[in-house]
Amino acid sequence: MSQDNHVTRRALLKTAGGLALVSGLSAPAILRAQTADVIRIGHLTPRTGFLGPLGEYAVMAIDLAVEEINAAGGMMGRKVEVLKEDSVNPQTASTKAERMIERDKVACIIGEISSASCLTIAQVASRNKTLFINTGGNSDALRGKDCQRYMFHVESQNSMYVKTVGRSFLRDGLVKGKKWYSLTADYAFGHDLLKVSKRFMEANGGQFAGDDLVPTDATDFSAYLLKIREAKPDLVVINLAGNQITNFLKQYAEFGLTFPVGGFGFDTALAWAAGKGNFVGTWPVVWHHQIDTPGSKAFVAAFTKKYNKPPENQAWGDYIATKIVAASVNELKSAESPKIIEHFEKGAKFDLLKTRQGYFRASDHQLMHEMYAVTALPADKIKNQWDIFTSSPAVPGPEEPLEVIAATKEENSCTFPS
Amino acid sequence: MSTILLAQQVLNGLLDGVYYLLIALGLSLIFSLGGIVNLAHGAFYAIGAYLTLIVSPWLGFGGAFVVAPVVVALLGVVIERLLFRRFYRSDPILSLLLTFGLAMVAEQGLRMIFGAPPLSYSIPQALRGQVFIGSFIYSFYRVVLLGVAAACIAGLWLLLQKTSFGRVVRAGVQNPDMVGALGISLQPYMSAVAALGIGLAGLAGVLLAPIYSIHPAMGQEIITPAFVVVVIGGLGSFWGVVFAALLVGLVKGVMVGIGYSAASTAAIYLLMLLVLLFRPRGLFGERITRFE
Repeated sequence: MSQDNHVTRRALLKTAGGLALVSGLSAPAILRAQTADVIRIGHLTPRTGFLGPLGEYAVMAIDLAVEEINAAGGMMGRKVEVLKEDSVNPQTASTKAERMIERDKVACIIGEISSASCLTIAQVASRNKTLFINTGGNSDALRGKDCQRYMFHVESQNSMYVKTVGRSFLRDGLVKGKKWYSLTADYAFGHDLLKVSKRFMEANGGQFAGDDLVPTDATDFSAYLLKIREAKPDLVVINLAGNQITNFLKQYAEFGLTFPVGGFGFDTALAWAAGKGNFVGTWPVVWHHQIDTPGSKAFVAAFTKKYNKPPENQAWGDYIATKIVAASVNELKSAESPKIIEHFEKGAKFDLLKTRQGYFRASDHQLMHEMYAVTALPADKIKNQWDIFTSSPAVPGPEEPLEVIAATKEENSCTFPS
Repeated sequence: MSTILLAQQVLNGLLDGVYYLLIALGLSLIFSLGGIVNLAHGAFYAIGAYLTLIVSPWLGFGGAFVVAPVVVALLGVVIERLLFRRFYRSDPILSLLLTFGLAMVAEQGLRMIFGAPPLSYSIPQALRGQVFIGSFIYSFYRVVLLGVAAACIAGLWLLLQKTSFGRVVRAGVQNPDMVGALGISLQPYMSAVAALGIGLAGLAGVLLAPIYSIHPAMGQEIITPAFVVVVIGGLGSFWGVVFAALLVGLVKGVMVGIGYSAASTAAIYLLMLLVLLFRPRGLFGERITRFE
């Protein structure tokens, strides 16, 4: 405050801006020496930002999976070590993937939630001929025009989400001749999902009433709620992501709107955060903690014991991807990416903790597996903070091929770059 | 789009701006008097929200409404006494680094204690429901929120304009050396201003916990628009900040209303850019000797 210390507003603003830019970068990791008795896996997922809450489940799950794998003898008798980093944004994700592959010599990279970051990681992985398993990026484009030979998808594509929950909407008479209004997360995932949603709704006779793109950092939905109220839709379709979904649900209940709600993309943790009475509608999931199979029950029990809360769908993705890699490496007696990829492409079957086994479709590297539609329970039927929904039986049903919910060749086709 | 709907969006946008205001007023106060850009301000908002979760099971929302802002304000005093105080006279880059670090420590601390997944909290039963004015719908809770915010703004204005405390603070903003020469030590005033500003952020945390997602990074979400408000409003101007908060809310609301929701965030930055181009001191910014 003395006279010899001139602080200009310009300098302050510049400094503040500079700091904001720098905050995207992370602290340098410590250089790790190579040893022969350890196999390293890289794990990248957003741990901050609007997808951060989901990334945390991914981290908890891969830790649990690695712990179990090591307890069972590791991979080819070698101990598994997982390197975990916050992927932050597409640029940082690609830098960190590069570092994990080139410096830390990871056998493969597992993880991610943001479709935009999946793309940049996949490009790095392909350039370095290293396997990348996407556990949370949904966009069809990743399995279509942006598909890569070195990228596989445990997470379902948007088409699978849409066709799974779409069956529930059709059954409840919410599609044919009905007006639907949607809110869309304004980034790669949302844009892709809106396209797929429109295709499904149009094919089944739905009337598009309007859509609003919602910035990913939006917290207040009152302006959108007023528009929805004015449009009087028969179905509100929520194609949002991360914290957006929790904020929307809380405020939808606050404004007392009663139009049926559903979404084509969803994560259980966001419903838990919205809580009893605020969580409404019908939503698709790849997995949930109430699935009645021995595998799922064991996973839920182990996870709950370690972390004092049940796992959600993102936890399943990273857990199962790690287990798939371990099973394949042990079977092949090799951790080389080209060999694992060949194994996957040949249609190897994997236990996914569900009633049926699953496999990667060779044409686009999408995991073929069962999905579920969950419906919010009314407040008076809810007994605890976790069991707040009921689930449909597995989709597709036991008599149908797993591929019926996936995008067809006409809808989304992939030509791997050579 | 109908005129009525547009009118609804204008009104809603203005009301929306009030939430930023509670954060921005504290930021502006601490900035004006101490020259500290408090990047940790959002963290205190997050702490206020988490305290609401802790206190509510025992004292209810009403209890949290009283306890949480007081606890956050006391935390503010401690931070001012131990940390801010050492940086009033140093290069602003140092206090920026300090508060940037504080924000990270606070966010990571919340993550370690409560976990990264968002936690659930709902509007208390007594404050639920909707208010209808003609065809305009509004949530009853937000009407209450608006009342509380308006009371805070009025109280703060009276404190700054009509009391001897306020006179010293305003003099300290304009010319701290002259205040010192008159034999008034600004130190206790700085502690009080930090308590007020940071307590207001805590209060905002309590008020928004029932309607926003509660997660460790929630402070980051609110701090950026709050900074934009302070920059647009102008340094040292109470009504400038109030006006800018309403303006930012209005611009965001109307952008959504007319169908340009994707650009609603970009629009407020564009607004800030325009204001800085034509009025570098902000819309109502006063000429403050030591910042020129």
